[in-house]
Formats: sequence, structure tokens, C-alpha cells
Amino acid sequence: MNGLRPDLDIIAGWIRPGSRVLDLGCGDGTLLAHLRDHRKATGYGVELDDLKVAACIRNGVPVIQQDLDRGLKEFGDQAFDYVILSLTLQATAYPDQLLLEMLRVGREAIVTFPNFGHWQARWQYGVLGRMPVTDAMPHQWYNTPNIHLCTIRDFEALCDKRAIQVLERKVLDDQRRDSWLNRMAPNLFGEIALYRCARLPLG
Amino acid sequence: MPESIPENSVGLVTPQSRHFSEPLLLECGRTLPEYTLAYECYGELNADRSNAVLLCHALSGDHHAAGYHSMADRKPGWWDALVGPGKPVDTSRFFVVCANVIGSCKGSTGPASTNPEAGKPYGLDFPMVTVKDWVQTQARLADVLGIAQWAAVVGGSLGGMQVLQWAIDFPERLRHAVVIAATPKLSAQNIAFNEVARQAIMTDPDFHEGRYYEFDTKPRRGLALARMVGHITYLSEDAMRQKFGRDLRNGKDFSFGFDVEFEVESYLRYQGRSFVERFDANSYLYITKALDYFDPAAAYDGNLTAALAGVTARFLVVSFTSDWRFAPARSREIVTALYANNLEVSYAEIEAHQGHDAFLMPIAQYVEVFGGYMDRVARECGA
Repeated sequence: MNGLRPDLDIIAGWIRPGSRVLDLGCGDGTLLAHLRDHRKATGYGVELDDLKVAACIRNGVPVIQQDLDRGLKEFGDQAFDYVILSLTLQATAYPDQLLLEMLRVGREAIVTFPNFGHWQARWQYGVLGRMPVTDAMPHQWYNTPNIHLCTIRDFEALCDKRAIQVLERKVLDDQRRDSWLNRMAPNLFGEIALYRCARLPLG
Repeated sequence: MPESIPENSVGLVTPQSRHFSEPLLLECGRTLPEYTLAYECYGELNADRSNAVLLCHALSGDHHAAGYHSMADRKPGWWDALVGPGKPVDTSRFFVVCANVIGSCKGSTGPASTNPEAGKPYGLDFPMVTVKDWVQTQARLADVLGIAQWAAVVGGSLGGMQVLQWAIDFPERLRHAVVIAATPKLSAQNIAFNEVARQAIMTDPDFHEGRYYEFDTKPRRGLALARMVGHITYLSEDAMRQKFGRDLRNGKDFSFGFDVEFEVESYLRYQGRSFVERFDANSYLYITKALDYFDPAAAYDGNLTAALAGVTARFLVVSFTSDWRFAPARSREIVTALYANNLEVSYAEIEAHQGHDAFLMPIAQYVEVFGGYMDRVARECGA
């Protein structure tokens, strides 16, 4: 065990050593610090929260304080090998545009999000008639930063529509495990979905 | 006067000065045959000389960055809030150097100094100096102090521009660059404000084409006016409203005259008057001109990315939300050019209502970010 959260550990496993990485919504820089120390990766985090920005700087993780809803226009085309958006997609104002921007500035995009199709969410909404509150979506409807929740099927439909190719998918259950159940019925048993994507070649 | 020196102060400090008799070829093409630099040092240089930090001052600043010159001092140095034991620039870990720029009037050679060829003050015969020239003089001072490489070069505003120039001109001589509330070049609006300030000085009847020293006078009204204009641009509208509102100095009634009525008028007049006592009008002309000229990208067709191509330092760039003189967008231009070169950079946009002057104040998030970065710099050099 390296102490990294299971979802972050999977992301780390996807990064080729020596890559240039942009981590959007990087938090305190844990993932970037890990990638720097174990994968010789370089790059930047992007974070809006004051406390997290300060934590990154203290940890020696390069961080840019910026609102993702402003877009990524300051970054050049294909400037990174990977652009990571970990558990943040659902909190952005224009998730579809951000996804395309990620694939403009990076060769590959790694996106993870809480799956709104998970059985617990379906139970709470469909049977109890309440907005779901789960480990992966711990907020109440009135204070949640999550404004664009989606299911695994929704996300894949969007990728299809925007000519985004899914290179790899992993789904973790509510124990953060990759079990046979969520491989059989990911949209029902997956609590967190992880994707590695690229642009489909034109033409 | 400090009744006692606070514990987190560098305490009583003595300015030093160094004369350089080796001529300095300036960017304008002229040569300064000899010159003096005034500077101050705080903290101890470690055995491998790896913990030195250079501070670069802003427009009206000087070499007195922290501490007190005497117990009679009313105020400590210009960056005392952020420089001292336990402060972001921690003098118990770093050896800190702050030099006064040439063209100034605070101990370094400037227009009020005697021109050795004429035997009288330079006045406007003093050559035009630039940020690049200042960096040259600071590099020579580093040689004298035995500092081959700075752990960090740090500065706000015009000081931040010097930091950028350092990173470009001497990439191997600094490991970290901290650029605060700065810009890669002045905007037309910035230059316009500087021109108003200069015109205020030069049209003062006591200016005598810069030879006022010989007339035993100085352009007081012009310099005070210049400072008043500057001061307005350093504060935000919010800061002014909070500080003064529309409060009247005496009671509630308008006097329907042109004497000082509003608190803000009184404040600006005081700032203007007190500035005249501590600053030379010609120095103000020269230094604002150096500000206007600063544009390291100019030599690269305006391409800042190309200008920074040879840079190796790691950067911290900081801006303040209410700074409209050098707004956050200007800092982001620097950041963008740094990442176009794959350089390591962190950027923090500090929520602050104080305007441009925020960079001098110990705002909690600013202290956390700046202190956190410097802590890492210190750990890196074993300080």
C-alpha cells in the first residue's frame, strides 16, 4: 500500500513515467506529489480553494489558482500528456466544454466522477423520493457543489456525441473495490467511474 | 518610535554602502563611470552560501526593508510585515540582502549625487537607468558579497519586474523567483499615470529643468501632486471607501470652498507633503521612466514566452484581486509564458481589498502562500 486513495491509485497506474500532467481541481496536491515522486511526472495542479492552494505550495507542488469554469485557454494545444479531472466534473459549469478543452491541451484525459446511477442513489431518489446522499456524494441538495451529476451511461453517451474515445474504464463499488458485480452491471453497482479518454482521429 | 523592538523584528540595523569604480555600461548606451550602492543585510550567510535571498524594492522604496535604524525611528523598513524571524522571509533561516537602485536618492548614486565630471549634482544629466541596469548592479553586489547563486530573488511591483529580469539575465544565479503584484510590461493606462506624475514635477516653477539643487529649492508642489496621483492608483476604491468614505474633517456641513474638507483630501495632501521630505523629484522621474521602459518581451517581438525561454528558476507568482494598477490578469500573462516554457510555477490570486498596496501587508492567505513557498526554499537549502 502506498497510502494513496484507491481511485487515485488507479489514475497513477495509468500515467506513463516521465509524463507532463495537468491535474484540474488538484486539491492539496496529493496525486501530483505522488506522480512526481513515483512516476517522475511534472506539471501543474489547478485549484480554486485558498487553503488547498496554500497546501500545494507548502508541499512543493506547482499549483495555479484558477476557476475551471474560466476554461483552460492559458494552456497551449497538446501541452500535456495527461489532463486529470478527479471527482470534479460534476461540479463544473460546462462539463462538456471542459472535457473538450482537456483533450485540446492534453493527449489523453483522465476523468473520474461519482456515478449517479449507483443503486444507493437510485434507491434514495426512486424509492424514498429524496435527493441521494452517499459517501461519493456527501452533500445535501442545498449545499452541494455538484451541479451536473451524471451516470456512467450518460457520460459514455456524451463521449460518443463529442467523438471522444474511451481508452480504458474502471468502476469502483462503494467499498472502493473493482468487484465482479460492478464489472457485470457497472451503472448499477459502480459508485465511482474512472475513464481514460482521447480524441477520435478526425475523418 | 518603537518603545521596544518586537521579537519578530530583525531589530536595529545599520545600512551599508559599497562603491563600485568599475564603469557600468547602461542599456541606454551611456556609461556610469562609478557609482555607489546602499544596501542592508539581515540574518547569517550559511557555510555553503546557499541561503541568500535578494529583495527588490518598488518605486519609492529603498534598501531599508526591515527593522529600525534607531530607537527614534517612527516606522520600520518597508517590508517589515513580511521580513523577520518567523515571517515569510525568515531572517533566522535566510541571509537577506536588499539594495537601493541607482537613480534613487536613498544612498545609491542618483540624479542628486555629484557628477564627478562636472563637480555638481547630475540633475537631468544623470543617464537613464532601466530595470536591466539595476539587475546588473545587484549582480555585482552579489559578487562582492560572495553569493554565486541566490536561493531566491523576491520583489513586489517594480521589485517583481526586477525579479523577472533577474531570471532572464542571470538564469544560473537564482534558484527561485518570487514575483508579487507585478506585470510583464506597463499598460498605456499605467504609463499615462506616470506621465501625469512627471508633468506635475516638470511643470512646477521650482523645477528649473532639474537643476533645482543649485537654486536651493525643490519642486515641492509638483512632487506632492505626483505622489497624490500615484497614491490613488495604489489603493482600491473599496479601501478608500472603508478608510475615508465621504467623511468630512470638521463637522457635517460643507464649507463651499477649496480648503481641505473631505478626509480623503486631507490624507492625500498629507501623503504628498510627507513624500516631499523623503524623496527627490528627479529620482521620481527616473524611476517612473524605468517602469515605463520595462518590457523584456520587446526584444522578442513582444513574445514573452520567447523572452523567458532561457529561464531556469522556479517561480511563485502572486497577485491581488483588487489591484487595478497591476491586475491579476497581468500576473497571469507571466504565468502563461512560464508554462509555455514548461517551467515550474505556482500562482496564487489573493483575495484582498487593499489594492496594489496589499503586497506590503500581512494578509493571512498571502502570508500562508508566500511563507509556505519560502519555507520550501529554506528546506531545500538546509536552512
